[in-house]
Amino acid sequence: MSLNILVLAKQVPDTRNVGKDAMTAEGTVNRAALPAIFNPEDLNALEQALRLKDQIPGTMVTVLTMGPFRAAEIIRESLYRGADGGYVLSDRAFAGSDTLATSYALSCAIRKLKNIDLIICGRQAIDGDTAQVGSQVAEKLGMNQITYAEEIISLKKRIIRVKRRVEKGVEVLEGPLPMLVTVNSSAASCRPRNAKLLMKYKYARIPNELQASNEDYTTLCNSRDFLQIGEWSVNDIECDPAELGLSGSPTKVKKIENVIFQAKESKTFTTSNEDIEGLIQELISNHTIG
Amino acid sequence: MNNLFVYCEIEDGIIGDVSLELLTKGRSLANQLKCQLEAVVIGYNLSGIEKVVFPYGVDVLHIADDARLVPFTTLPHCSILIKLFQEEKPQIALMGATSVGRDLGPRISSALHSGLTADCTSLEIGSHEDKKAGIVYENLLYQIRPAFGGNIVATIINPDCRPQMATVREGVMKKEILDANYQGRINQLNVANYVTDADFAISVIERHMEKSKINIKSAPILVSGGYGMGSKDGFKLLFDLASVIGGEVGASRAAVDAGFCEHERQVGQTGITVRPKLYIACGISGQIQHIAGMQESSIIISINNDPAAPINTIADYVINGDVETVIPKMIKYYKQNSK
Repeated sequence: MSLNILVLAKQVPDTRNVGKDAMTAEGTVNRAALPAIFNPEDLNALEQALRLKDQIPGTMVTVLTMGPFRAAEIIRESLYRGADGGYVLSDRAFAGSDTLATSYALSCAIRKLKNIDLIICGRQAIDGDTAQVGSQVAEKLGMNQITYAEEIISLKKRIIRVKRRVEKGVEVLEGPLPMLVTVNSSAASCRPRNAKLLMKYKYARIPNELQASNEDYTTLCNSRDFLQIGEWSVNDIECDPAELGLSGSPTKVKKIENVIFQAKESKTFTTSNEDIEGLIQELISNHTIG
Repeated sequence: MNNLFVYCEIEDGIIGDVSLELLTKGRSLANQLKCQLEAVVIGYNLSGIEKVVFPYGVDVLHIADDARLVPFTTLPHCSILIKLFQEEKPQIALMGATSVGRDLGPRISSALHSGLTADCTSLEIGSHEDKKAGIVYENLLYQIRPAFGGNIVATIINPDCRPQMATVREGVMKKEILDANYQGRINQLNVANYVTDADFAISVIERHMEKSKINIKSAPILVSGGYGMGSKDGFKLLFDLASVIGGEVGASRAAVDAGFCEHERQVGQTGITVRPKLYIACGISGQIQHIAGMQESSIIISINNDPAAPINTIADYVINGDVETVIPKMIKYYKQNSK
C-alpha cells in the first residue's frame, strides 16, 4: 500500500521575533523587517508526512504552498528534508484572501492533484493564529478531519490512528482515509536538511524564478525534471474567480490599529535591601499581599 | 429567526466556563440588537442542563441528546450546527476558541460560506459604510482581534454573509448570571434528522482528560516569568515566591515555547487572559500579546534588568535589577514583615 500524501505549508513573517523596527511610524507592519520563514507547525506536519514515507514504501510526499513566488523557498526546504515534489500556487487574484477564500483556492488546487489519500498541515500559521484553513479545506473537499494532532501513531489498511493533544489532555482517534490532519507544535520537530538532498535540490526553481534570476539555471533545470518546482496560477486550477481574493472573502477588515497601552505612572525601585523592604511593606499595608 | 446563537461546550455534564462567558456577552449583544439569545448544547444525558443555561438570559435552548454525541467528534456536532443554522438563520454565532470551537467553527463557516473571526478579544455592535457600493450596514458585529503576533488590533466585519461567526478564548469575557429565575424555551432536536451514519466514521479509541490542576485564571496573585528567567531551573525561584505569598506561577509565550514551564501557565492572547489582584512580571519584556492578556491586573510589578522593557510602562512598580537578586529579598522581607 503506497500513499499519496499532501502537505500544506505557508511562508510566514516571523512574528515571534518582532524587533523595534517591525512597525512603521504610521503604525503599519513593516514586512520587510521580518524574515520570511517556514511556518513552524507546518514543519511539524512535514515531519509526520516524512515518517509515513519512511515506514510505507512507495509513499509520495508532495508539498503545496500558496503565496508570492518567493514561497518556492518553502518547497525547496521541504525537498531538502525528504519531500518528493511541490507546487507554488501564486496569483494576484488571490490577494486579500481571508481564510475562506484561501481554503477555496487551495481546495481547487488539491482537486487538480487527484488521488490524495492524506493531507497534513500545521494547525495554524503564526501570522494569523486562526487555525481555520485546515478545517475549511477538509470541508471543501468533503474530507473528514483530525485537528490538534501530536502524532500519527499508525496507518494500516487505510485506517489512520492519531494522537491529539488538546487543552485538558490527550485522545487517540481512528478513522478511514481520505483524511486531513492538522498538527500541533507539541509534535516531533522536523528533521534537519539532509546534505545530499540539499546538493540535489539547491537549484530547484519555479519557472518564474528562472525568468527573474540573473543566474542562468534554465538549461540545468530543463535537463533535470526533479529541479522543476510546479508553479500554478489561477488559470491552472478550475475555480470560480468570484470566490477568490477580496471578492471571495466574507470577512472584511474594517480598521487596523496599532496597539498602544495606557502608560501608568510607576514607582521605580533598585535592588537595595531598603527599596525591596519598602515595597513589600507598602504591598502589605495596602492589603495587596499578606 | 435571526437571533444570536452560542454553542455551549460540555464535558462530563458540565458546561465550559468559556461558553458561559459567551452567553453573558451574547445576552448583552442581543439586548443591543433587540433579538433573542439562543444556546445549543450537544451531548448525552442532558436532562436538567437548562437550569444551568437559562439563568444567563437564554431565551431558547436547543438540545441534541444522543449517546453517540459523546465524546466530541467533529462531524456529528458540525452536521447538527450546520443544519440548525440553515433552519434558524442566526445573525451571529459564537463559540469558544478552544480545541472544540476551533475545530468546528471553520468547518461550519466553510459549509455556510460565512465569515469566521478567530480568537476575538472584544465584540461590539456598530455600523459600516461601504462607500464604493453606497451601502450603509447597521448593527454589524465588530469582531476585534489581535493580528500579526499581537502587534496590531484589527476590527473585522462580515457585511453580507450570515451568520457572523466568532470564537473567543476562555477568560476574555466576564461570566455573570443575569437572573436565577430566567425562563427560556427548550427545543429538543431529533438527532436522527441532523446526522448521518457517515458522520461517525471517526472513533475515539482512548481518552485521558484531566481537570487541569493548574488554574492561573482565578489566582489572586500571579508570579509570572519570561524568557529572561533563563531556564526551567530559573522558574523554581518563581514557585518559591508564589508559595510564600500565596500565588500561582504564570509565564510568557517565549518562556513556554522555550520549555521553562507548562503551556497551561501561559498568559497572553494565545494563552490565558488574567485579571489578578497582583501580577509580578519577572524577566518579561512585555510583548504586546502578553501585555494584552494581563493589563487588567489591579497592581503590576515588573522586575527586569532592562529599564527600557516595554512592560515597565504599564507597571505600577518597577524594580530595575536581576530577578535572582530581587526575589530572594522579596521572600525574606515578606517573611519578616507579614503576620
